[in-house]
Amino acid sequence: MRGRLALRGIVLGYLGLLLALPVGLVFYRAFEDGFAAFWNAVSTPEAMHAFWLTCVMVAVAVPLNTLFGVLCAVVLVRQEFRGRAALNAAIDLPFAVSPVVIGLALILVYGRDGWIGDWLAENGIRVIFSPVGMVLATIFVSLPFVVREVVPVLREIGTEQEQAAATLGASPLQAFLRVTLPAIRWGVAYGVVLTTARALGEFGAISVVSGKLSGRTETLTLFVENRFQRFDLTGAYAASVVLALLALGTLLSMNLLRPKEGR
Amino acid sequence: MAIGYLSVIALIPLAAVLARSTEGGVDGFWTAVSNPQAWAALRLTLVASLIVVVVNAVLGTVIAWVLVRDEFAGKSAVGSLIDLPFALPTIVAGLTLLALYGPDGPFGVNVAFTRFSVVLALLFVTLPFVVRAVQPVLLELDREMEEAAESLGATRTMVFRRVILPSLSPAIIAGCGLAFARAVGEFGSLVLITGNLPFKTQAASVFIFSQVESDDVTGAAAVSVVLLAISFMVLLGFGRLARKAVRYAG
Repeated sequence: MRGRLALRGIVLGYLGLLLALPVGLVFYRAFEDGFAAFWNAVSTPEAMHAFWLTCVMVAVAVPLNTLFGVLCAVVLVRQEFRGRAALNAAIDLPFAVSPVVIGLALILVYGRDGWIGDWLAENGIRVIFSPVGMVLATIFVSLPFVVREVVPVLREIGTEQEQAAATLGASPLQAFLRVTLPAIRWGVAYGVVLTTARALGEFGAISVVSGKLSGRTETLTLFVENRFQRFDLTGAYAASVVLALLALGTLLSMNLLRPKEGR
Repeated sequence: MAIGYLSVIALIPLAAVLARSTEGGVDGFWTAVSNPQAWAALRLTLVASLIVVVVNAVLGTVIAWVLVRDEFAGKSAVGSLIDLPFALPTIVAGLTLLALYGPDGPFGVNVAFTRFSVVLALLFVTLPFVVRAVQPVLLELDREMEEAAESLGATRTMVFRRVILPSLSPAIIAGCGLAFARAVGEFGSLVLITGNLPFKTQAASVFIFSQVESDDVTGAAAVSVVLLAISFMVLLGFGRLARKAVRYAG
C-alpha cells in the first residue's frame, strides 16, 4: 500500500511539475493584469491577422489531408499492389522528419535556387516567404494522422457489408458512401481532430518558409515567438493562452471521440 | 492518386534535401557535417535524446501503471492531461516551461540557457509516447499470472521483473523509439528556453535553422541528412528490438 502511494506521489509530482504548473502559470501570467490587458493584446491588428492566417492554414490543410487520408487508407487496406509496404512506411515520414528539415525541403524545391524556383519566379508565383509555402508545410506535417486512424478501423470492419451492397446492385461509389463511410466515421473524426491540432500548432516548418513578415506571413505560433523576442510578454502569453485553449478543446474532443471508436 | 499527392507533398521535397546535401560531393558533405558547431549540435541532440528516452522508459511505465492499476479521485483528468503535449503547440510548450523555470520563475529556479533546459523541453514534448504505448498492454494483461506467481511465493519485485516487465517491454521499447525520433527532430519547444548558444545549448534542428537563415542551404541539407538517417536507424532499430522482445515474452 505504501509503495502504491509512493508511485502515485511520484507520478502526480512529475506531471504537476512538467505539465500542470507551467501551463497553469501561463494562464495566470496572461490574465495577471486583468482581462482588459489580455483582450488588448489579442485584438491588435497583427494578432488578429495571425489568428486569421492560422485559420486559413487549418481550413486548407485539414480538408485536403482528410480526403487524402481516407483515400490512402482505402488503397492500403483494400488493394493489393507492389510497393504497398513502401507506401505504408512513406506515410509515416512526416513523423520521423524534423519540422525544420521539412521547411528546408520545401525551400529546396520552391525557393530561389530550388528545383522549380526559376520557373515559379518567371511566372510570378511566390511560394517561399508567402502563405502558399506555409500551407504546403502545414499539409506536410499533418499528413499521416487521418490515414493512421482510418486504417485500423477499415481493417476491422472487413469487406462483407461492402460485398453485400455490391450484390444488391450498389455501384462502388454508392457502397463507399452508404456503407464504408458511415462505418469509419469515428476514425475519420478522430483523425481530423489530430490533424487540426497539428496544423494549428505547427511552428518549425512554417518558421523556415514564412520569412516571418509581421502582419503578412505570421501565424499565431510565429506571433508568440515574435512577441516574446520583442519583450512583449503579455502579448506572448495572451496568444499562448489562445493556442492552449484550442489545444484543450482538441483534448476534450479527443476524449469525447475515443470511446466511440470501438463501436 | 494517393501516391501522387504523397510524392508532391513529401517525397519530392525530401529527395531535394538528399540531392542538395551531396551537391559538393562526399568532401563537401563531410566538411559541412564535421564543422565543429554542427558536430557539437548533433552530439547534444543525441545525448539529450538518450537521457530523455531513459527517463521516459522508467517514468512513462510508472505513469501508465498508476493510471491503470491505481484508483484515486481525479484520475481520469490526469489521464487526459497526458495527451496535452501532443495537442499543445511546441512554441507554447517552450514558453510555458520558460515561465516556470526561466529567469522570472516564481520558485527562483532558473534553468534557461543551460543544457538541462534542452532535456526539460524534450521531456515535455515526448511525455505521451511511452505512457500511451504501455497503457493498453497493461489493461489487457492477465492478472491471474501475477496472482499465481504471488501464491507461489514470489515477492512484489520478483512478480514485476519476471511476469509484468517481459510483457510490457515490447510496448516500452516501441514507445521509446517514437520518443527518440521525436526528440531528435524537435525544434519549437527549444527555441525560446535554450537560448540556442552554439557549442552549448544549440540542438541539431536549431543549428539547421540558423544555417538556413544565414543562407548556407547546402550545409543545412547535409546536417539534415544526418538527422534523417539517425531517425530512421532509431525507428528501424527499436522496431527490431520490440519484435525481439515480443518473441522473448511469448
